[in-house]
Amino acid sequence: MDLLKELSENLRLGDDEAVRAGTRAALAEGLAADDILRDAFLAGMAVVGEEFGRREIFLPDVLLAARAMQAGMEILKPHLARDGAPPAGRVVLGTVQGDLHDIGKNLVGILLRGAGFEVIDLGTDVSAARFLEAAESAGAQVIGLSALLTTTMPRMAEVVALVRERGLGERVKVIVGGAPVTQAFADGIGADGWGFDAESAVRRVKALMEGA
Amino acid sequence: MSREPFLERLQSGPAILGDGAWGTMLFARGLPTGDAPERVCLERPELLTGIAGLYLEAGAEVVTTNTFGANPERLGLHGLTDSLEEICHEAVAAIRRAVGERAWVSGSIGPTGVLLVPFGRLDPAAASAGFARQAAALAAAGADLLCVETMTDLAEAELAVRAVREAAPGLPVVATMSFEATRRGFFTVMGATPAKAAVRLEVAGAHAVGANCGDGDTMAGIAREFRAHCALPIAVRPNAGLPTLVDGALVHPESPEAMAARVPELLEAGVHLLGGCCGTTPVHIRAMRQALDGKEWKREQ
Repeated sequence: MDLLKELSENLRLGDDEAVRAGTRAALAEGLAADDILRDAFLAGMAVVGEEFGRREIFLPDVLLAARAMQAGMEILKPHLARDGAPPAGRVVLGTVQGDLHDIGKNLVGILLRGAGFEVIDLGTDVSAARFLEAAESAGAQVIGLSALLTTTMPRMAEVVALVRERGLGERVKVIVGGAPVTQAFADGIGADGWGFDAESAVRRVKALMEGA
Repeated sequence: MSREPFLERLQSGPAILGDGAWGTMLFARGLPTGDAPERVCLERPELLTGIAGLYLEAGAEVVTTNTFGANPERLGLHGLTDSLEEICHEAVAAIRRAVGERAWVSGSIGPTGVLLVPFGRLDPAAASAGFARQAAALAAAGADLLCVETMTDLAEAELAVRAVREAAPGLPVVATMSFEATRRGFFTVMGATPAKAAVRLEVAGAHAVGANCGDGDTMAGIAREFRAHCALPIAVRPNAGLPTLVDGALVHPESPEAMAARVPELLEAGVHLLGGCCGTTPVHIRAMRQALDGKEWKREQ
């Protein structure tokens, strides 16, 4: 267990080399890849998310931790059981049409993946139709919408409306976020959730998965 | 030149009033979302001249160019990189047509929107070259000052200030970052504090430092922190709150009166240059003008 704790810690520190070495060492010790993923990688990223939420660490620290996790995953992936732990859920993520900003959206993707979610990232400038298409074809439970521009915020309402129009409101929840986006705005357009920041977005997605 | 030099006034007072939002005004006039706002400079400069006139009339002494994203990275997203110089030229000219010498024209320089290595793919040398190109173009077009604004990464802000000073050595540079209030104090999302920003932006060569694109109620606190850590004039441009949806339209909640009511506190906190960011309109600026005029300006130190 100490090995995994150390690995988790090195991931939080964003030390790619140490994470690679620790992953190899843990596998050599005979630890199960699924346990390494859960107890070192996901546990480490969960702490990273919480610390970011409290602004004890900032975006650069989160990005470095995510990269360290990626470095470890490259070694771990071939060893993961194909029928191992199912993802915590499937989320289609993107920045709404007309908006090309992706830093915040990428951060949400990192923390969602770190929390064990499968993330289908559609990138930026994504139309309501494309969000729906992707969510339906992937069987996603959640659509996550990002906007940095106040002028593109109304696009979020279009996605919510389209989900309702297609009668998917029970199956697909919509969560919104981005610097100018508030709870009042989210409520106003009938979104199922709002993330103040990336960490609270992950908490909200988890709550939506549990039917809250 | 009928106006006194910007820098002299900035340093000797009274406090200078800038303008408000540009995106808000442009989108209200039908600018399509998704396209580069800078394309307006090429295709409908008369819109810019019109808005500049409204701000001048409202009492703004500094009017900002519509060049926030006129850097190679952001223009590249719209295939406009080759038009950077023309955009900057038209942007300054459009404001000048409205304000003449009755207001200073401030060349807006926003962030690249891409993270610098090692956190992202942007090479510092390329970022510097881009900022220098934008600054040189704005200077050549006749801007009176440059404002490096809405920065969250202190490394990018420093690099921008250095590049801008070198490319446009004759122009004063105002450098502002976007902070949020956390339980542990004011930080940008990249982790910069006003204290660090004050010291490092001063060293980088900024003539004024401060904050923009943040909540109005954080600005006095941020200004005091800047004041405590550097001797430069302080600049702040708060948002008119965060927008909500009212009858299907986005509305910024902060009234002109509310923004004007903060002016005395900002002056007491040592602010020398103020204006508004997202959601502030000529009506807000007029209210701030009246608040400023009714107030005896006190010189700091």
